[in-house]
Amino acid sequence: MSIPESVGIPDHYKSFRFSARRSFFWDKLAPVLIISPVIVTTLTFVYVFIVLTVLISLSDWSAVNLAGRFSTPLLKNYSQLFANPRFQMDLRNTVIFTVMFLAGSVGLGLVLALLVDRQIRAKGLFRTIFLFPYAISFIVTGVAWRWIFNPETGINQLFNVLGINSVLVAAGLDPFKPGWLTDPTVWPPLNEALSNIFPAAARLQFDIGVPVALIAVAIAASWQLAGFAMATFLAGLATIPTHIREAAQIDNASGWTHFSKITWPMLAPFTLINLVILGHVSLKIFDLVYAMSGPGPGFATDVPGIFVFEITFRALKYGVGAAGSLVMLLMVAVVVVPYLIRNMREDA
Amino acid sequence: MDNRVTRRGVMKGGLALASGAAAASVFGPSTKAWAAGKLEIFSWWTSGGEAAALETLTSAYLKTFPGTELINATVAGGGGSNALPVLQARLSGGNPPDSWQTISGRALLDTYADPGFAEDITDLYESEGWIDKIPPAVLDLVRKNGRYYGVNTGAHRSNEVWFNKKLLAKNGIEIGDTLSFDQFFAAAEKLKTAGVNALAVGDNGIWANQRMFENTFNGVLGYDQTQKLWKGELAFNAPEMKEAMKIHLRMLEFQNPDHSALSWDQAVGKVINGTSAFNMMGDWAYGEFVKAGAKDGVDFGWVSHPGTDDIFIIVTDCFTVAKGAPNAVEARNWLRAIGSAEAQLAFSLKKGAVAPRLDIDKSKLPPYLQWSYHKFATNKFTGSSVNGEQVPASFVQASTDALTSFVVTKNVDRFADALKAAQDATKS
Repeated sequence: MSIPESVGIPDHYKSFRFSARRSFFWDKLAPVLIISPVIVTTLTFVYVFIVLTVLISLSDWSAVNLAGRFSTPLLKNYSQLFANPRFQMDLRNTVIFTVMFLAGSVGLGLVLALLVDRQIRAKGLFRTIFLFPYAISFIVTGVAWRWIFNPETGINQLFNVLGINSVLVAAGLDPFKPGWLTDPTVWPPLNEALSNIFPAAARLQFDIGVPVALIAVAIAASWQLAGFAMATFLAGLATIPTHIREAAQIDNASGWTHFSKITWPMLAPFTLINLVILGHVSLKIFDLVYAMSGPGPGFATDVPGIFVFEITFRALKYGVGAAGSLVMLLMVAVVVVPYLIRNMREDA
Repeated sequence: MDNRVTRRGVMKGGLALASGAAAASVFGPSTKAWAAGKLEIFSWWTSGGEAAALETLTSAYLKTFPGTELINATVAGGGGSNALPVLQARLSGGNPPDSWQTISGRALLDTYADPGFAEDITDLYESEGWIDKIPPAVLDLVRKNGRYYGVNTGAHRSNEVWFNKKLLAKNGIEIGDTLSFDQFFAAAEKLKTAGVNALAVGDNGIWANQRMFENTFNGVLGYDQTQKLWKGELAFNAPEMKEAMKIHLRMLEFQNPDHSALSWDQAVGKVINGTSAFNMMGDWAYGEFVKAGAKDGVDFGWVSHPGTDDIFIIVTDCFTVAKGAPNAVEARNWLRAIGSAEAQLAFSLKKGAVAPRLDIDKSKLPPYLQWSYHKFATNKFTGSSVNGEQVPASFVQASTDALTSFVVTKNVDRFADALKAAQDATKS
């Protein structure tokens, strides 16, 4: 059997039919073999373990009850989880922290990218400086910013040195000395107002509002990841064709019009990438918050990650911890899966 | 041949790498084959006073059993809050340290003895003759069904109040042999008007605050009512408990504003350097005073927490031997060494704990330890609920969470109900 000329097979394959089949087979098989360790590992350590976690979350396994049976009722761990006022506060904190963090890091990243993208000298140096915080570990950032935000010995000293406080005191006001991470205030106090609209809100066991201590954590996290957002935006800015920019300049477009009508719309896919990646970082965040303030005064900075850690390893209630982990997984899946589906549709 | 990556080249490289790794693994450890033995100790004693105290134990061991390679695996974090997850992971993973530190009582018996992680060391207790020399209440903390599972290193008294004598004298306050709640509040008000911080609290992790609250309700309820509480005969939302909660809130009015940013030893430091007057902490704080060179009764003074003068709220650490420990012989020798009278005395001098044996030479003890040793011999013992001696781990977590909210919301009824719910959960 000979190979027809119409089939575009390279010359060196035609010479020896047996080796052609063997090379062809190896070309198909080699990629599968090379990827298979990764696939097997991911299947085991991610997907099989997710299934195991689901099973654990339906059981009452704990360190003192090593046998562990399915709990009765089956979803007991989940009802315990959502009835726990601490976990309710964690969900509130996650929402508020995500909003503040995304606004801070993506906003700051955009500003930095726009600044660095101009024709300035030492552009590479500035890019490196702004990207550098991303290279530091979250624990180092957490500890350093915790020292900065110490109300007695940290950044509050700066306000004294700059003379802001002497001006305020002379005007008869209180000096500006925020408690930062030690401040348990939740502002604005919305519970009373809400209970006028929804009477059920009066029975809420936590305060609805922004925990002021989270602002400090959001500042530290934004500082660390703004560089990453900036890098993505720089890549995005490079894709804007020069002829469009020049056309806008010829048409005498003001800076703001140029930004709002050209730059911002063309950066939309990159903004989306930033929001998805940084969004899932903020939903899972643990080490930065733990190093900075732990659960915080009155759980002002508590996040689901810390809650799951403490429930699993201190209270030794593995079932409730597993349920908490699954809730975190679902939160991240809600953000990431639509994005992945959309990408796959675009490719296909 | 050109520089393509060929199949042959990859296989040659892989083979070279594998054989190199195999050679290294064969020749590596054999360079250490001459060492007498290894011993891995796991603890959370990392602060200044604690580390010095641990050193007395390790040097006592090395004096009696020299030539062993001692691996000191410590994890920092007050009260073992960070060490416990590491230990849990190692135990469930089948990689136990030879000997680890744990709080005695239910923390040892429920978490390690029952599931079979800790070895039964009754034979050690019998051969070393420890059973007659230790008060029965202290033995109960490491004993279940007549079998022993740990060796206590020091009996801490959790219900102490420390104060800077010179600072108080400057403000015209004198503390006698006992302190009542009214006396404390009078002194605190006086200090507040003078602009001095009355109470130093370092409750990062809320642990120090929990200790203060436990001392307060022990003082308000008294010994008998407290025992009823632990037996489940008195509810956590009883009127007496609510009274204790209100007193606790009033005490917190005098604390330093940056309390949640400080650790417990930093708060003790504030009393040492004269920034604050009082600190309510167990007598592991004594180690901090010793390390700073302060003199008992001259620079600082101490008194029982209000209402608890006849109660010894005991917090003991003990060391265990792991079941299936890699170096079981060295681990048992370690327990022999640290259970001896000399080691326990040396340890207590550095740590501030009472050596939990009745045959200690009291004349060697400084003023504070003589006072606390007298308390050890005469007080009634009750366990602590903050570290899981008296209660299961799930109750500790639930009460910690409830207290964290309480400190901010100041809602006594909600706190009492939360504690009652946690108490009921432990019964099921």
